[in-house]
Amino acid sequence: MTLTSNEYAVTISDLVKKFGSFTAVDDVSLTVGRGEIFGFLGANGAGKSTTIRILCGILAPTSGSGTVAGMDIVRETEKIKTRIGYMSQRFSLYEDLTVTENIKFFGEVYGVYGERLAQRTAWILEMANLRERRDSLTGELAMGWKQRLALGCAMVHEPDILFLDEPTAGVDPASRRRFWELIYTVAEQGVTVFVTTHYMDEAEHCDRMALMHRGRIIALGTPAELKERYIAGTLLEVWAEPMMAALECLNSLPVVREVAMFGSALHVVVGSLEDVDSLRAALETMDIRIERIEPARPSLEDVFVALIEHAERGA
Amino acid sequence: MNLHRILRLMKKELIQVRRDRRILAFLFIAPVVQLFLFGYAVSTDVNHVAMAVLDEDRTAASRALIQRFTASGYFDQVAYLSGQAEIDTLLDAGRAQMVLRVPRGFSHDLSRGRGTEIQTLLDGTDSRKARVIEGYTNGVVRLYGSEILRARMQVLRARLPRLPAVDARVRVWYNPELKSVNFMVPGVLCMVLFLITMLMTSLAIVREKEIGTLEQLVVTPLSAGELMLGKTLPFLLIGLIEFVLTLLTAIFIFRVDVAGSIPLLFVLSALFLLTTLGLGIFISTVSKTQHEATLTGFLFFMPFILLSGFIFPVENMPVGIQWATYLIPLRYFLEIVRGIFMRGVGLEVLWPQVLVLAVFGVGILALAAARFSKRLG
Ligand SMILES: Nc1ncnc2c1ncn2[C@@H]1O[C@H](COP(=O)(O)OP(=O)(O)O)[C@@H](O)[C@H]1O
Ligand SMILES: [Mg+2]
Repeated sequence: MTLTSNEYAVTISDLVKKFGSFTAVDDVSLTVGRGEIFGFLGANGAGKSTTIRILCGILAPTSGSGTVAGMDIVRETEKIKTRIGYMSQRFSLYEDLTVTENIKFFGEVYGVYGERLAQRTAWILEMANLRERRDSLTGELAMGWKQRLALGCAMVHEPDILFLDEPTAGVDPASRRRFWELIYTVAEQGVTVFVTTHYMDEAEHCDRMALMHRGRIIALGTPAELKERYIAGTLLEVWAEPMMAALECLNSLPVVREVAMFGSALHVVVGSLEDVDSLRAALETMDIRIERIEPARPSLEDVFVALIEHAERGA
Repeated sequence: MNLHRILRLMKKELIQVRRDRRILAFLFIAPVVQLFLFGYAVSTDVNHVAMAVLDEDRTAASRALIQRFTASGYFDQVAYLSGQAEIDTLLDAGRAQMVLRVPRGFSHDLSRGRGTEIQTLLDGTDSRKARVIEGYTNGVVRLYGSEILRARMQVLRARLPRLPAVDARVRVWYNPELKSVNFMVPGVLCMVLFLITMLMTSLAIVREKEIGTLEQLVVTPLSAGELMLGKTLPFLLIGLIEFVLTLLTAIFIFRVDVAGSIPLLFVLSALFLLTTLGLGIFISTVSKTQHEATLTGFLFFMPFILLSGFIFPVENMPVGIQWATYLIPLRYFLEIVRGIFMRGVGLEVLWPQVLVLAVFGVGILALAAARFSKRLG
């Protein structure tokens, strides 16, 4: 693979990060196009934050290379810093400063002064809907507002690339939705957004995504590609009682490719719709009560569950 | 180095200090409380020593000696004993801190021109106090002795007019009233500067680590140097304000005189702050939480206070420990401050201490800065 870094906002090749003998990022390679919303998914501890920290110049990689905005992530970290915005996993603005004091502080640290700072401040207050609370102490804001303010502060210097590490962790669904609308808005203005999340449903919002598991990338592509590529067969949704017994029973059937719990139902991947009859038969011989079996459209979550099971089995 | 960014950081820091009531209270109240505690409550002044008298001589001479004690103002006669048997019970009960015994034959020996002795028994529970009482006793006795000598000399001089007269008198220099507040206040000044600047610097940095803003700062174009200056200069400023505050309190409320140059004191305090800010930065590099930073701070604080001569004079320490005190920068600063305060001396005398302090300050600051940059990188 040859990368011409100008086409890409981010390129990573063979990136490795070790903490002692523990490998947190294991041979990761990927590219992110300019203007893309790139989702970085994975459970807690998968290595998402570590990867982002390396890209932002907070950590040095153990080996491998990469570029951000066309600049080398090892040798040109200081130059990279002026072109990117970073929102860390933990809320990290000053809670004892007011909203505008925080904006002003980060603005001036990034070299934004005077008229331009006033414009950016107005833009951020508008975007985060914080105009009325501009003089409130940041610590007194609700989490959703804090996160929008943090996004604003990360964008005060109009960066080309935004790195958002779990920006929606710990906020209510309404605020999460509003936050994603903001992400769309900034992406429309040409900003590349590299965002991590462990909410599977948020993956659908991304142009492209990578799924990370134990430091490795186990899937990479657009949501549609991933569904097509990794769910070969038919997805059935099964409601049965008792659920655990049903899960075990289905797992032992040769026609069943994947089984996973999905809320109050089981998601079962089979070769075709004709296999439904053998499922029914098997469950009934085990005295399991079947409420319903229906074909379902695969979601990304199905894809990830299937992928992670594969990865676990392979390991 | 971008001056604008450093100033921005300083301003932010000062806003945060201004909003933190606990820190404000600490800044304004701690110096006064410490001045009070160390100036008065932990006073080493000894007055009104409870003295019992056992006069076995009962002559004009013995009464004259006893009168010298009571007239000095340091001793109050609380009992007149009739025999040695009473001494133990009196001291045990703590009713007297000292017993003055004038043995039989005192006056006889004196009039014969022979050497004679008196005996004092001290309650040594508080050894420092006992030593002070011992000093007073010697003073009174010596004075009495020299008066007798002078009287004899006058008789002699009448016959041999050329006889030289030596008049030995003890005078206390530098702190004529032996007020411990004069001695302790310079120390408190040093301690306040030391504690506040070191602790506040380390806490201010570690706090940003704890709440995660340090990581946010690391991705900005702020360099390690700018970050360090922006985080320490506010505390240099606060340290100097504290210094002025403590000094004014000492002068106007505690009535302590400053014999030497206050501007010199001010400049050399700034020099001392290099050391404390350096230590603060160092502590921040080895601590993850504010709690850890406070504990580490006390790890430095204890030897600094104990070995600097702040409470115990260095000359009274065992030789091995005395060597260790040379490693304590506060020791030199204390010598400087006491020198300027009490003796009114300047650089012509204090230059060796100033030099050592400068070497310590630059060294510690450089090491801490190097460690700080490496940690961030
Ligand atoms: N500084 C560090 N030292 C040691 N281990 C670390 C450090 N940072 C992260 N890790 C470990 O690396 C793994 C990946 O962490 P992280 O990148 O934060 O995962 P994620 O963001 O996907 O939840 C975790 O197991 C974590 O414990
Ligand atoms: Mg993370």
